[in-house]
Amino acid sequence: MKFTKLGAAAVAATMLMGAGPAAAELVFPSLSYRTGPYAPNGIPFADGYADYFTLLNERDGGIGGEMTKLLECETGYNTQKGVECYESTKDQGSLVYQPLSTGITYQLIPKVTADNIPMHSMGYGRTSAANGKVFSHIFNYPGTYWDAASVIVKHILEQEDGDIKGKKIALVYHNSAYGKEPIRTLEELAKKHGYTLTLLPVDHPGQEQKSQWLQIRRERPDYTLMWGWGVMNQVAIKEAANIRYPMDKFIGVWWSASENDVLPAGEAANGYKAVAFHGVGSDFPVYDDIKKHVVDTGKSAGDGSNLGTVLYNRGMYAAILAAEATATAQKIHGVQNITPAMMRDGMEALELTTTRMAELGVPNFGPEIKVTCDNHQGPGLAAIQQWDAKAKTWSLISDFVAADRDIIDPLIMEDSMAYAAENNITTRDCS
Amino acid sequence: MFYREAGDFKTSYSADQQTFPIAFDRWAFWLLIAFAFFVVPFVINDYWEKSVLIPFLVFAMAALGLNILTGYCGQLSLGTGGFMAVGAYACYKLMTGFPDMNLFIVVILSGGITASVGMIFGIPSLRIKGFYLAVATLAAQFFLVWLFNKMPWFYNYSATGMITAPERFMFGVAVTGPNAPPWATYLFCLTIVFIFAWIARNLTRGHVGRSWMAIRDMDIAAEIIGVRPLKTKLTAFAVSSFYIGIAGALFFALYLGAVEPTEAFGINQSFLVLFMIIIGGLGSIFGSFAGAAFLTLMPVLLKNIMVGGLGWPTDLAAHLEFILVGGLIVFFLIVEPHGFAQLWRIAKEKLRLWPFPY
Repeated sequence: MKFTKLGAAAVAATMLMGAGPAAAELVFPSLSYRTGPYAPNGIPFADGYADYFTLLNERDGGIGGEMTKLLECETGYNTQKGVECYESTKDQGSLVYQPLSTGITYQLIPKVTADNIPMHSMGYGRTSAANGKVFSHIFNYPGTYWDAASVIVKHILEQEDGDIKGKKIALVYHNSAYGKEPIRTLEELAKKHGYTLTLLPVDHPGQEQKSQWLQIRRERPDYTLMWGWGVMNQVAIKEAANIRYPMDKFIGVWWSASENDVLPAGEAANGYKAVAFHGVGSDFPVYDDIKKHVVDTGKSAGDGSNLGTVLYNRGMYAAILAAEATATAQKIHGVQNITPAMMRDGMEALELTTTRMAELGVPNFGPEIKVTCDNHQGPGLAAIQQWDAKAKTWSLISDFVAADRDIIDPLIMEDSMAYAAENNITTRDCS
Repeated sequence: MFYREAGDFKTSYSADQQTFPIAFDRWAFWLLIAFAFFVVPFVINDYWEKSVLIPFLVFAMAALGLNILTGYCGQLSLGTGGFMAVGAYACYKLMTGFPDMNLFIVVILSGGITASVGMIFGIPSLRIKGFYLAVATLAAQFFLVWLFNKMPWFYNYSATGMITAPERFMFGVAVTGPNAPPWATYLFCLTIVFIFAWIARNLTRGHVGRSWMAIRDMDIAAEIIGVRPLKTKLTAFAVSSFYIGIAGALFFALYLGAVEPTEAFGINQSFLVLFMIIIGGLGSIFGSFAGAAFLTLMPVLLKNIMVGGLGWPTDLAAHLEFILVGGLIVFFLIVEPHGFAQLWRIAKEKLRLWPFPY
């Protein structure tokens, strides 16, 4: 009994450590996943995110003279753990949440809004959060799933000389909120362009896809789109190679487009395409700095092998955008040690121009971004990238093009208004 | 010396048969309950609520339900996740369909709906037993999750198939939704779990529980002495599903607030609850709570020690957590195959004699 009491006291003491006092630092929580079936994609992103903040600390002494601090918490891409991570980090001065999971994003949308902390779901999460009038604390710049779906369809239109009437398009998707997100847009676009859409859900974690690919083999859709994540991507690309599906007609979303996804299929993955919202490769000046200040000094988050991969770039991009928003917030409020509420204002006023990107060492890395009160998704531009299996590199094969706004904007309006009605949210006045 | 039983005499059958026959235990129990009801709500914060206490209470409820079916009636079930999903979706449909309905009634009705679904899937238990029944309930698990993915009516035709709990009030205080104060959700969960743990304890001591145990111990012998297998097995399925349905409703509405069926109610959840009752102790109310506490709190505790306390990398901590929790499960099962409940029973026997064992 004494032992249990002692144990209980120890438990209570250690659990209390979850919530420590906020120090005078800029705190960025990183809800990462380095374990489980989604780790191959989670690790490079988390490394990129961490390394850029380390670079800022080492090279510039933080942001605006204020050091940054990264709070990493392992979610395993699991919503329950995500909630635990959120609750354990939110009282430590966390400025912005980037959960890297659509499921956790959905979970946190009402919570962060109530706690007055902004959340940046960069190219994932709830698409209709683009409507800043309803979703005051949620940002999804520089683009959304619906933009991705539309840009892919545009690319297909280009391939088919503008006419895809009667063509068959299949969507292989992760059977979760994430994978289901583009369906509504693809259905609307099907009405407009006259193609038929086949839906093929793949259950978590995605290793079992034989029946889906058998169906593709039987029906031979003209194009196959993929909304996959984690091991599901590798398996799908391998299965596609097994049935000799033409790779240049297999197009993934930006989350199904990393080196880890195509490498296991080897040569057979050659020509696989995906949509992208930022540049590829490590041919940017910022990498020299990261090598010099972070990797060579042994301060990198991973083993340094992920530098320049698609998801490392994306993690770094997420950190760049967060750092820029922090700087904007510091400018607006004239305070260096900003609060989450100030961070939100900074994100809403974020403007990333081509010149600023060049200054940051990432010239032409992505399209210019301008966030406003009513538009939280930024430009909504995306390009198509293609895999070269011999050179083992991705390259952009198109410019950053705009999505079909005539289709997407009414859908965003409809979905966000439905959310507002369901949750009794009065829309903000953005004029 | 720890237990001072001198003068603690029983003069009636009811006193002799009570749940806590030792006065010291009784007092400790009531103190604990008083602490949980009157002290914790004043000190609770978001972290304790969302990461520690609510998950514990929700899973304790689910473990109670499964323990009734598997521990008391001997029917092995792997459908817990699916039945929790039924509770959650029933709760969602009731909450959105009848916005003015009291949340307490919503939760109870969700349990009721789950009970009827559970009874349908319990019918095969009349013919098949043991592992074969486990496979039949496994089918329930996959079918139900597939159903909630497939039929848009269940998630009100939302674009992503996610269900989100709208804000609901009890006595003017928000209990669900992001603005609910931690003490309100905690008290709501605690009240439900307390009431139903009480009912479960008394059910298992009475006529119904005895017939369940008779079926568990030897169904042919039970039949011969007049226990009707149809009624007994189906009541076990109904009561068990009722509890699991309530757990699912609380899991969705109070704990997570938004769920998608594949992840939240997958086969992992079924196994988790099954492990809870195996580690806690089959056929024991205390065991349900101990098992739930072990499997929900241990990972959080280990994470806090390794990442928060020692500052280790998160991936190392996550992997070590798997190893440690797995190792501890094996260790406890080797030390005491009947779970924490038996461990507690032995410890109590020893403590009653201590320091003069004979």
